[in-house]
Amino acid sequence: MAGKTLYDKLFDAHIVRQNDDGSALLYIDLQLLHEVTSPQAFEGLRLAGRKPWRVDANLATPDHNVPTTKRDGGVSAIVDPISRIQVQTLDDNCEDFGILEFKMNDHRQGIVHVVGPEQGATLPGATVVCGDSHTATHGAFGALAHGIGTSEVEHVLATQCLITRKMKNMLIKVEGDLGLGVTAKDLVLHIIGVLGTAGGTGYAIEFGGATMAKISMEGRMTICNMAIEAGARVGMVAVDQITIDYVEGRPFAPKGAQWDQAKAAWADLHSDVDAVFDTVVEINAAAIIPQVTWGTSPEMVVAVDAKVPNPANESDPVKVDGINRALVYMGLSADQLITDIKLDRVFIGSCTNSRIEDMRDAAKVAQGRKVAASIKEAIVVPGSGLVKAQAEAEGLDKIFVAAGFQWREPGCSMCLAMNPDKLEPGEHCASTSNRNFEGRQGNGGRTHLVSPAMAAAAAIKGTFVDVREMMEA
Amino acid sequence: MNKFIQHCGIVAPLDRANVDTDMIIPKQFLKSIKRSGFGVYLFDEIRYLDEGVADQDCSNRPLNDDFILNQPRYVQSSVLLARVNFGCGSSREHAPWALEDFGFKSVIAPSFADIFYNNCFKNGLLPVVLSEKIVEQLFSECAATEGYELKVDLERQVVVTPSGEEFAFEVEAFRKHCLINGLDDIDLTMQSVDDIKAYEAKRKGEAPWLFGAIKGN
Repeated sequence: MAGKTLYDKLFDAHIVRQNDDGSALLYIDLQLLHEVTSPQAFEGLRLAGRKPWRVDANLATPDHNVPTTKRDGGVSAIVDPISRIQVQTLDDNCEDFGILEFKMNDHRQGIVHVVGPEQGATLPGATVVCGDSHTATHGAFGALAHGIGTSEVEHVLATQCLITRKMKNMLIKVEGDLGLGVTAKDLVLHIIGVLGTAGGTGYAIEFGGATMAKISMEGRMTICNMAIEAGARVGMVAVDQITIDYVEGRPFAPKGAQWDQAKAAWADLHSDVDAVFDTVVEINAAAIIPQVTWGTSPEMVVAVDAKVPNPANESDPVKVDGINRALVYMGLSADQLITDIKLDRVFIGSCTNSRIEDMRDAAKVAQGRKVAASIKEAIVVPGSGLVKAQAEAEGLDKIFVAAGFQWREPGCSMCLAMNPDKLEPGEHCASTSNRNFEGRQGNGGRTHLVSPAMAAAAAIKGTFVDVREMMEA
Repeated sequence: MNKFIQHCGIVAPLDRANVDTDMIIPKQFLKSIKRSGFGVYLFDEIRYLDEGVADQDCSNRPLNDDFILNQPRYVQSSVLLARVNFGCGSSREHAPWALEDFGFKSVIAPSFADIFYNNCFKNGLLPVVLSEKIVEQLFSECAATEGYELKVDLERQVVVTPSGEEFAFEVEAFRKHCLINGLDDIDLTMQSVDDIKAYEAKRKGEAPWLFGAIKGN
């Protein structure tokens, strides 16, 4: 019998009941909650007279709506009344149902996908769900993690289970070292370009190979985070010493004898050597240079030294239509150089790139330089209060501010513009977030996805520039 | 949950690939804490010429006349015909809520994003996968005939054209059973309480660190 993949192991270990039709009842170890996709789930519980099955399997924090400017006034000072009600509703629901919440001005508050791992709530071998598609982030820990809809949030609250069915297995085998100035973000953007935005649909993706074994937890989280942009609900990396070192000592991580027991259990969290994948994709990381998205889907990505695609070079009519539509929306012309794209705003943050390494990468580029006068605003939004404190302890905030960046309070911010941070129609933004969809960062806004180092470099230059030039300088 | 057994209705053709859930329902409308009322904001950015605001009255907003749902022949539509990878991106269930609230009962496309597909079934909205070739044929027929209707028959798992041509589609038995009977997933799972408790006891023995570390308030 062939060996098991990491996904097989995780899935099989959580089956409460396997049904004849292929569906299964799967046990969920951790649910993360935020204010946007939970209110209707709590309301459903209330209407049915139900209680959470296990309060200790849930952790909540508001992130999407919270302002990133000074917020000493607390929830009642959120200017947008509808945002305020949503954040207040999360507070009220967590209070009513007894769920632990890091409230808006708690120093542990932040983006759920930053907070879960940094608190040690996200653990290897666990099943993790959240009403947010970027839940795949937690797969970086050898966990089975994916986004769910609000009905399923309610289902997990009520039963601690999900009705689901097994996905197919895909291995993305990454070999070769990433070059100087080329980051986990560039790697995952390149992978999305190769797979296409629907290439991973129906699959759980494991990112493996010698390169992944060298990438930090922050980098692995960036990569797994964007699995969904290739259509895959799940992205995963096997557990190794890097994982163990990251988890050890975190507030909710096991301690003492349980730590040893856990480490022993986690040693098996990798695909067996004879495991069979439905699809294997090989990637040569050494050939990748910094990436920039030019269009309105994450698959519309090219290297920084490339040109905007020309629809004349494409034969598939649906793709031609997509390219033409994106060119119009983005205000770009075919064959235009990526480095000729002028930027209006820069956003460094989001659940993809707001961890301490991301802050360091961007600060390294910003150090001793100035944001171009043509940039209206360049904001740096740490992923959590703890990331913010760490960055400040390292003096990164001062580097950013001296260079002309704004240093903000933690939250999702301009990734999806549910709070006041947004683009004006027609503005181009170099953004370290995960989606360049039409209107994502504000009605009519034009998003270009890049790494934190590339975003910082773009802020300095006012246009896209190969960050490696600034590193060698 | 609303039942879905079969439905016959006017088809609206949305001729673009990779329609994401940000497009189906933009972020500002996600601030609502309700499950209903999203229909007027469905496809807001391409449906109206101005920028939509949450809780806004849409009756006097300027319409984008080029958008299908603003064209008289499609205003009463209840079957959406779409292209590949429909519903990609964000997991927001507000997307099927908005489609359902507008009046759609079924979406037909060559492929759907996983989370969106799953969310539809929780809301009595039936996503139907047909081949690209068949979808192309339906786009042509729809363009050629005003008032073009399709019948989506879940019991028989077929889509029936006005000429009587039938196209079979797949749907998982459990999902079909739930939709046809309008069953609530939570009620069904609650019938397995003993299984869940037995699993949980075993899990607690194997991985005790996953229990009790996070203390509720």
